[in-house]
Amino acid sequence: MKTTVLGCAAAVLGLAALGPAMGQDRSAAEGIAEYRKMLEDGNPAELYEAKGEALWKQKRGPKNASLERCDLGKGPGVVKGAFVELPRYFPDTQRVQDLESRLVSCMEMLQGLNGAEIAKTPFGRGEMANVTALATWIAAESRGMRFNLPQSHPEERKSYEIGKRVFFYRGGTHDFSCAACHGEDGKRIRLQDLPNLTKNPGDGVGFAAWPAYRVSNGQMWGMQLRLNDCYRQQRFPYPHFGSDVTIALSTYMGVNAKGAQSIAPSIKR
Amino acid sequence: MKHKHLILPALAVAAAAVVTGCATMPSPAELDRETQALMKASFRDQGIAKVDRLNQDLGAAACSSDKEPSDAVAEKIMAEARATVKWPAGGQYFGDWKAGETLAQSGRGSTWTDRADAPNGGNCYNCHQISKQEISFGTIGPSLYNYGKNRGVTDVMAPTAQAVIEYTWSKIYNGKTYNACSNMPRFGHAGLLNEKQMRDLMSLLLDPKSPVNQ
Repeated sequence: MKTTVLGCAAAVLGLAALGPAMGQDRSAAEGIAEYRKMLEDGNPAELYEAKGEALWKQKRGPKNASLERCDLGKGPGVVKGAFVELPRYFPDTQRVQDLESRLVSCMEMLQGLNGAEIAKTPFGRGEMANVTALATWIAAESRGMRFNLPQSHPEERKSYEIGKRVFFYRGGTHDFSCAACHGEDGKRIRLQDLPNLTKNPGDGVGFAAWPAYRVSNGQMWGMQLRLNDCYRQQRFPYPHFGSDVTIALSTYMGVNAKGAQSIAPSIKR
Repeated sequence: MKHKHLILPALAVAAAAVVTGCATMPSPAELDRETQALMKASFRDQGIAKVDRLNQDLGAAACSSDKEPSDAVAEKIMAEARATVKWPAGGQYFGDWKAGETLAQSGRGSTWTDRADAPNGGNCYNCHQISKQEISFGTIGPSLYNYGKNRGVTDVMAPTAQAVIEYTWSKIYNGKTYNACSNMPRFGHAGLLNEKQMRDLMSLLLDPKSPVNQ
């Protein structure tokens, strides 16, 4: 099944590559949108969704417990709608947490796994791959719902304000910031459209599209890895998984995306 | 009666303290300081990308918000940037536009997955239209198609071309020379490109034979 899906993706990629040569009256954005539409039927993210759902229900770890009592912000075990209200403040950890860092807390508290060890595990390996699969399933359970992050707790409002400052923070060898590429409407890098993340960029765009399956490298990426790779390309040092900076950035983007419809898990080139 | 009078104001003060304690956001200056501390705590070295890359000079700090710096600060950033510009040895501003095109195409270098000896690309097409032939270009910076032609450069040795040549060199050397918060990197000042590479980019932009000026 997987080979069929990927084979199909490769064929469509070939078509998309022909697109610009066939006629420049059709914009690159339209071509890419069409290509994504064609892929939606066979998004390999579904495989990760199935894995994530199974992991949620499976008794695991030193405490031999499932994650079914995990509180993602709407009460223990409530999954539907949780994704579009994260990051948010959690009294038990006394932190604003995004989906992935919250999952690690639940794996530690309920299953007895070592959260610090999970956070240090490279993306795509071991328990980190499980966190990504869980996040993919949980996001899928809110597909079609609209972002509405809570901002009632002072720590949530502070996270937004910190996130805004982080978004505009210039540094690295090239003087880049998130805002350098994502601070204005209608900009591109090469042919890649750049969403303006200082406001609601629209349904299923930017924050409302991740986790996503990446066709180009055959990997499932959560928002933590998406931000990690943004910082790599900004020539910054390496952001810790679940660090305050990455969570604050998600709060900033998530609050700005209020009302945007989630299409996660989506598919990207 | 007398006690009541004493107790009520005390309660009111306590209640007010609780309310303000919950509702008050730290001041902008406090949030700025906390952001700096969180930046330091949230990153680690990886490969060639060390945490000292988070350090900010005047320009980086002043251009890290959704508000432009004051005119006075912007002037200071630009004056400092112009003072950094190192002019090419022997007044040799030009090289090979073909090598410049190859450099303009590359967006590689300086990330934590790059080796220390991996050369940096010019990243030019990521943000600019340059030659007409390359349709995969970004739009963060202005189009540079016909850059020399539009500025009346028909002979790079002509004295009339000198002002444009010096401006272009300084812009590549340090993107902040004439725009304090420009998104353009400081290719010469930051050591991203060497003098030879910058000469090749100069030819790409200004040589009348370059595809840019056709």
